[in-house]
This record gives sequence, C-alpha cells and structure tokens, in this order.
Amino acid sequence: MTGAADILDRVLNTLAAWALALLWVLPLAYAIWTAFHPAAYEARFELLAPLTLENFAKAWEAAPFARYFLNTFVLVTMILAGQFFLCTLAAYAFARFTFPGRNVLFALVLLQLLVMPDILMVENYQTMRLLHLVDTIPAIALPYIASGFGIFLLRQTFMTIPKELDEAARIEGSSFLGVLWKVYIPLAKPTYLAYGLVSVSHHWNNFLWPLIVTNSVDTRPVTVGLSIFSAIDSGIEWSVINAATLMTSGPLLIAFLLFQRQFVQSFMRAGIK
Amino acid sequence: MRGPNIKREWIYGWLLLLPAMVFLFAFTHIPAITTVLNSFFSTPRGRRPAKFLGLGNYERMLDDPVFWKVFWNNLWFALGTIPVSIALAIVMALWVNEKLTGRSFVRMAYFTPTVLPLIAVANIWMFFYTPGFGLFDQITGFLFGWPASNYLGNPDTALNAIIVVTVWKEAGFFMIFYLAALQAIPVSLKEAAQIEGAGRWTIFWRITFPLLMPTTLFVCVNAVINSFRLVDHIFILTDGGPDNASALLLFYIYEVAFRFWETAYGATLTVALLVLLSLLAIGQFFFFDRKVHYK
Repeated sequence: MTGAADILDRVLNTLAAWALALLWVLPLAYAIWTAFHPAAYEARFELLAPLTLENFAKAWEAAPFARYFLNTFVLVTMILAGQFFLCTLAAYAFARFTFPGRNVLFALVLLQLLVMPDILMVENYQTMRLLHLVDTIPAIALPYIASGFGIFLLRQTFMTIPKELDEAARIEGSSFLGVLWKVYIPLAKPTYLAYGLVSVSHHWNNFLWPLIVTNSVDTRPVTVGLSIFSAIDSGIEWSVINAATLMTSGPLLIAFLLFQRQFVQSFMRAGIK
Repeated sequence: MRGPNIKREWIYGWLLLLPAMVFLFAFTHIPAITTVLNSFFSTPRGRRPAKFLGLGNYERMLDDPVFWKVFWNNLWFALGTIPVSIALAIVMALWVNEKLTGRSFVRMAYFTPTVLPLIAVANIWMFFYTPGFGLFDQITGFLFGWPASNYLGNPDTALNAIIVVTVWKEAGFFMIFYLAALQAIPVSLKEAAQIEGAGRWTIFWRITFPLLMPTTLFVCVNAVINSFRLVDHIFILTDGGPDNASALLLFYIYEVAFRFWETAYGATLTVALLVLLSLLAIGQFFFFDRKVHYK
C-alpha cells in the first residue's frame, strides 16, 4: 500500500460519502427553504430571498393543529405508559419465573413481531365498534399497548441482571414486586430510554390505524390531520403545506437534533438484542 | 415444603403475565383467528346476517384482477426496496464508521429521514415529483432538456417513484444496525488481513460481510415486513393510482374494507397477506440458516 493511493482512496470515499449525504438532506432542506420563504420563491433559489414565518401562521390558522398536537401528545403518552406497565410485568415473568406454559406463551408474544396490529385492522375495527370506542383516543392506543417487541427487549435486559442482586433484596425482606421495583427497573433504565424513544417516534408517526379509527377533530393525531390538510388540492400553496409538514414533524426533529447521540444509540440498542 | 412453593411461583408468573396477555389476545391472536373465520362468510349488511360461503371469497380473490395487480406490485415493491436499501445501508455504515471529515453531519443526514412521519415525507416528495415545476423536472429539464413528465400520474413510473421515497426513508434506519455490528468487529481481524496484504475489497468480502450476516438477517426480516406494511405515503402521493398501478396489498385491504365496506372480502385479503408474510419469514430462516454461522 503506497501512501499516495491511500490518500486518494480516502479523498474519494469522503467525497462520495458527502455527495450521498447532500443528496439525502436535499428533500428536507428544500422543504425548509419553501416553508421559510414567501410563495414566490418556491422554485427560485436566491440567497437573499426574504425570510418569513407567514406560512406557519397561515397553516396554523387553516386547520386545528393545536388540537391535533394535543391529541398526538395524549396518544403517545397513553401508549408509552401502558407499554411500560404491561411489558415490564410480562418481561419480569418471562425472565425470572418458571411456570407451565411459559415457552408457548413466549412464542405467542414473539408472533406479534410478524403479525402486527396494523395488518389486522379489519377485525380490530370491528372490536372497537363492539366496545363503542370508535373515534376515541384509547381506540388508537389499545392495540399497541401489549407490545411483543417491548416484552422481548425488556426480558433480554432483565435476564442479564445477576440473580445475586435479586436474592440479596429478597433476604432484606422485599416482596417479588418490591424486587422488580428496586432492582430490575433501575438497572434497566437505558433500555427503557431506548424503548421509549423508539415507541414515541413510532407512534407519533403512525398513520393508517388512526386514519381508520378516528373521524373527528377531537381525536385525530397530527399525521391524519396533516394528510387531510394537504389533500385539499385547490387553493393551498406549497409553501404553506410544507410549513405544516415541518410543524408536525418539528418536535421529533428538534428532539432528534438535540439528542442525536441518544437517539442513534437507542435505535442501535433496540435493534441488537 | 417444595410443593406449595413451586405453586406460588406459578401463580406469580401467571398473574404478572395476565394483563399483557389479555391485550395480546384481544388485539392480535383472536382477531387473527376471526379474520380466518370471517373469510368464509359474506359481509353482513343491515339486517342481513353473514352467510356461509365456503371458499367463495377465495374464488373471488383468485378471479380478482386487482388482487393480482396489487400482489405483483407488492412483490416488485419488495424487490425494489429491500436490496437497494440494504446495500445503501451497508455503504453508509462503512463510511460513517471511518474517520471521515464532518462525520457527524453525514451521519445525521443519513439518519434524519427515519424520524420523519411517512406522511410528512410524502408531502415533501410530492413537490419533487410535481410535473413542470417540481424539482425533478427542473433538474432534468435544465441538464438534459427533457420535457415535463408526470412521474406519479404515469402507470409505468408511479410505483417506482414510490419505491424511491421508501428507500430514502428506510436506508438510514438500517444503517444504524450495521453501524452497531461494525463497531463490534475486532480491529485486530482487519489488521491481520492487512499484514497479509489483503486489499479493502478482499477485507470487505472475506471478513466484514460474513461477520455482518446476522445483522443482515435481522435487517432483512424487518425490511420484508416493512415492504408489506409501509403504505402511508401512497395515500398522499398517488392514492393507489393511476388504475391501481401503485396500490399495494395492505392499501388494497384498506380500500376494500373501509372504502367499499366489504369487510368479509377484506378479511380474505388479510388472510392472503398473513400467509404470504409467514411463508416469507419461514423461507428467510431456511435461506439464511446455511449462511449465518457467526453467533
């Protein structure tokens, strides 16, 4: 290996990596450009084009986005709380208890990784109708609360915790739930963070099931609200649609840019197991 | 002494599992079974209850040209998205794993599409594809003098336009898993190969790529499931059109069940999707079983 070839190799790789990166940010950069400039500059790129926030104001007034945000916030919180609760208990049972039927039940949990609730939307809609829950926020949340992925992820983490810690706590007089609360949950904090980030971003972005099960402003999450807003072809300028688009993805995008390292590590951690 | 102790452990285990199992059964296992049952009946309408049809719905499905259309569309979509996004993910991970100038920007650029909602992604790309003054037409018009073309309105290009959007969204997500796997490969292996005089290309194909196989299996399973699940952007970009040219299986199920309200036929199509997914999952495990040795 000669030095010159090595340097050339490195330069070419860097250039290619950068070219792909620029290509990859182009769509988003473009959306940001149109959202912050008057409609006249949609397809004209001038460095000194005037900046404006008017597109955001127009979008905010044209549709009840405040309500949509509130709905999404409630939805995501509800799902996360439910998932943490149910998955923790189930993962604890699978990790540290022996009982008849354990393997069969675990296989049934893993089955959900393949047969996701989204695919069963036809039947789940019938269930929600029977329960009189159609067009409510719990109806969007319920199918996702017992997450096979969450149970699996937490079980893997709980199994790595040394049994000695568990036994020590028991000797000190903790009940089995006390051990879960004092030993397992604190030691699994990174997994909870990872799973929480993945869950929140997944359900913030979810669209198909909420589209089916909601039909009023009071329940629609932002994704469904955005799709309705941009489906009205006539009259709405691109710059306003792009402003609305950025607005709906904004909170997650800003959170991602601020906590980039944690995000990437969380997705990695969630995937490796 | 031992007997009651074990029993108590059983009861604790079952009690801990109970809440999660109730929800799992209510929204995954029982619906899966009733889907199969309902596929043998007609759709109940008003006062008319469901009638047993036997295999009637399945015969209808096999005779349904739209079903075959979306079926082949979906296979083409899978074939178009999975290999390209995985290859791109590996290349991205290799680059980001190296000492690169501005590495954190590059990594951010690759990963950002992952955090955007697919609906928002569709809105952003919609403008790219707009005939005449969309960015694609502007670029191809400026560089090659091509006339305005309606990528989303043309049956020949609509599905491919959707594939491009999906790859853009997915590749950075898969990159993360490869990045994690690359960081777990000991540097000594690569150094040993370099001392032996192996070039970059040989190192990649003989060392890195085989060691990435378990990750590839994991990513592949995810990518296959995604190729049958990701339909959100279709609602914005083409709404399945023109003439179902860009409709996928899950999108068609949505149309049948929630636009035409033929829930029984929707259930039949769901069974087809479930069978297809299971076959692909089993197939992948057998295919990769011979190739994944490094655990």
